Amino acid sequence: MMSTRETPVWQLLLALLLFLLAPGPALAQEPPRIVIGPGTVEVMPIAVAPFIDEGGAGDYAREITRVVVSNLEGTGFFRNISEEAYISRITSFDGAIAFADWKAINVQVLVTGAVSVAGDRITVKFRAFDVFNGQVLEGAALQFAGTTQSWRRMAHKVSDAVYSTITAEGGYFDSRVVFVSESGPKDARLKRLAVMDYDGANVAYLTDSAALVLAPRFSPTGDRIIFTSYETGFPRITLMDMATLERWTLSDVPGTMTFAPRFSPDGDTVVFSLEQGGNTDIYAMSLSSGRLTQLTNAPSIETAPSFSPDGTQIVFESDRTGSQEIYVMPASGGEGTRISRGEGRYGTPVWSPRGDLIAFTKQHAGRFHIGVMRSDGSEERLLTASFLDEGPTWAPNGRVLMFTRETAGEAGQNALWSVDITGRNLRRVPTEGPASDPAWSPLLP
Amino acid sequence: MTFAVKPLLLVAVLALAACNNPDRYGAAGAGGLGGPGGPGGAGGIDTTGLGNPNDPTSIAFFNQTVGDRVLFAVDERTLTDDDRRVLAAQAQWLLANPAYAAIIEGHADEQGTREYNLGLGASRAAAVQNFLISQGVPANRLRTISYGKERPIKLCSDESCWSVNRRAVTVLSVGAGV
Repeated sequence: MMSTRETPVWQLLLALLLFLLAPGPALAQEPPRIVIGPGTVEVMPIAVAPFIDEGGAGDYAREITRVVVSNLEGTGFFRNISEEAYISRITSFDGAIAFADWKAINVQVLVTGAVSVAGDRITVKFRAFDVFNGQVLEGAALQFAGTTQSWRRMAHKVSDAVYSTITAEGGYFDSRVVFVSESGPKDARLKRLAVMDYDGANVAYLTDSAALVLAPRFSPTGDRIIFTSYETGFPRITLMDMATLERWTLSDVPGTMTFAPRFSPDGDTVVFSLEQGGNTDIYAMSLSSGRLTQLTNAPSIETAPSFSPDGTQIVFESDRTGSQEIYVMPASGGEGTRISRGEGRYGTPVWSPRGDLIAFTKQHAGRFHIGVMRSDGSEERLLTASFLDEGPTWAPNGRVLMFTRETAGEAGQNALWSVDITGRNLRRVPTEGPASDPAWSPLLP
Repeated sequence: MTFAVKPLLLVAVLALAACNNPDRYGAAGAGGLGGPGGPGGAGGIDTTGLGNPNDPTSIAFFNQTVGDRVLFAVDERTLTDDDRRVLAAQAQWLLANPAYAAIIEGHADEQGTREYNLGLGASRAAAVQNFLISQGVPANRLRTISYGKERPIKLCSDESCWSVNRRAVTVLSVGAGV
C-alpha cells in the first residue's frame, strides 16, 4: 500500500522563505555566459541534438550536426553531452521540449536544428535554448539557405551564432585561411598557395609549386590576397583575385626586392618591405593611384608592417638597436616608438582586428614563442613555446591566433597550430601535408 | 516562448573549387599595378654547363678553386678578412672572364622569422656585391637576391648546419649585364 509521509513544518517554512527571497515569480537565472579572458573558465556542458531531416537532407543533417559540435568543442569552452546520455530526444524541430530531461543531464544550452534539401538548395534552421530558463537564447534562432555545396558554411553560421550568443564575442567559424602548402625536403621545399576553411576542411590550391611563394594575406573584404612570389626569379609582391585566380605583380623599382606585404583596413593601400642595396625599409603603395611612399628611412632592417584596424598607425619590426624589436609609427611614416620591452627578439607584429592587442613572435634563449601585448607594449603574455613558432594571424573576432610551428632536425616540417589569446586550447590545425604562413580571412558575408 | 526566424541568404561565391592549373597570366592590372604576372620558370637564372674544373675559365673552377661563397656569423652581415680574400679572388675571376654575370644569393639560417631573414639575406648579398664592385666588377654584371631561410643546404638543427647555411653564394651565368 502506498503510504504518505508528513512534510515536516521546517521544510515548508524553508520553501516559503526561499520563495519570498526569490527575485521574481519564476526562479529566473542569468543566461549561460562564457567570458573569454584570463583566469580559469569552466567548460560549459551543452547538447547539440542531431539535426532533424525535414526532407531530402540525407547525410547533410548528420554532417552539419557533426561540424557544429566540432566547432563548439574546438573552442575549448564547450563539452557536448553525447546522445547516449539523453533522456529524451528531439524528434521534431517545433515540438515541445522536456527541459527537465536536459537539466537532469546537466545540459546548460541545448541546440536543436533541422535541415531540408530541395534540388541543390539547402535550408538549415536552429535554436539554442537556455535549458534552465527554458527559453531561446537571444539571437540564437535563425535560418540559413544556400546551395548544398555551402553546407559547411551553414554549420559554421550556426556555430558562430551559438558561440556569439554565449560569449558575447564575434564569431569566427565561417572564415577561410590562406596558407602555404609545403612538400619536399627542407633544402628543396616546394611551396604553393592554398585556402581552406578555418578548421582545415575544403582545401583548394591557388598556385602550383613552380615558384616559391611566401606569406599570403587577405584583403579586408577577403576577395583578394597579396603575397611574395619568386615567379619572376626575384621576390616580388603579387596580388590574386580569389574568384578568378588572376594575378598581378606590384610595379617594382628595378634592382629592388619587395616582400612582407599587407593591406590597409580600407584595402586601397599595401604596406611592404622594399630592399635596395641591402637595406630594407617600409613603403606604402596606393593601389588606386600607384603612388609609392617611403615610410621608414634607416640603415637597419624594417619589415613586417601591419596596420591598426582604424588605419591610423602601423606596427612593424626593426633591428635598429642591434636586435629585432617592435615599433609603432603613424600610418604616414616616421621613426616610430618602440613598444617591446622584454628580453629576446621580437618580430612579425600583427594588430588585432579589435585594436586592443598586438600578436608577435618572440625569440629568446633558443626558443620561439607566440605572444600578445597591448598596443602600448604593456601586459606582454607568451602563449606558446617551441623550437620554432612564428607568424601569428588573428581570427576575425580577435580571440584566437593561428601560427606556424616547425619541428627541428633534418626531417623538420611546418604545421599550422592555433591557440586562444589566453594561451588555452593549443591545437594543431589539420592539413593534408606540411603547411606554413597562415592568414585568416575576415568573417565571410 | 519567443521565436523569430531571420532569413539569411548566403550568397555562395565559393568559387574556389580545386584548381591546380590557375591562369598564370592574369590580365594587366589597373593603375598602380604592373603588367600581368610574369611567365613562370627560372626567370633571371640561366643554366650553364659547369665545364672542366681544371679550366680556370670554367664555372666549376670558380665554384671550387676560387670559392663561390662566404659564410656569416649569427645575425651578422659584415665581411671578415678571410671573406674579403675570397671575394677579391672572385672579383679577379669576374674581371678576367667578362662573359659572365653573377647573381649573389643571400641566405640565413632557420633561427629567425621569415621576413627578417629575407632582409638579413639581402644585407649579406649586398655586402658581397658592394665588395665586388669596390674591386672593379661592373655593377651591371651583378644582381642580388635573398632567399632568407627558404633554401638551407644542410638540414640539421644545430650550429654545424646553421653555420654553413648563413651564406652568400655568387652564382655565375653566361651573359654580361643581368
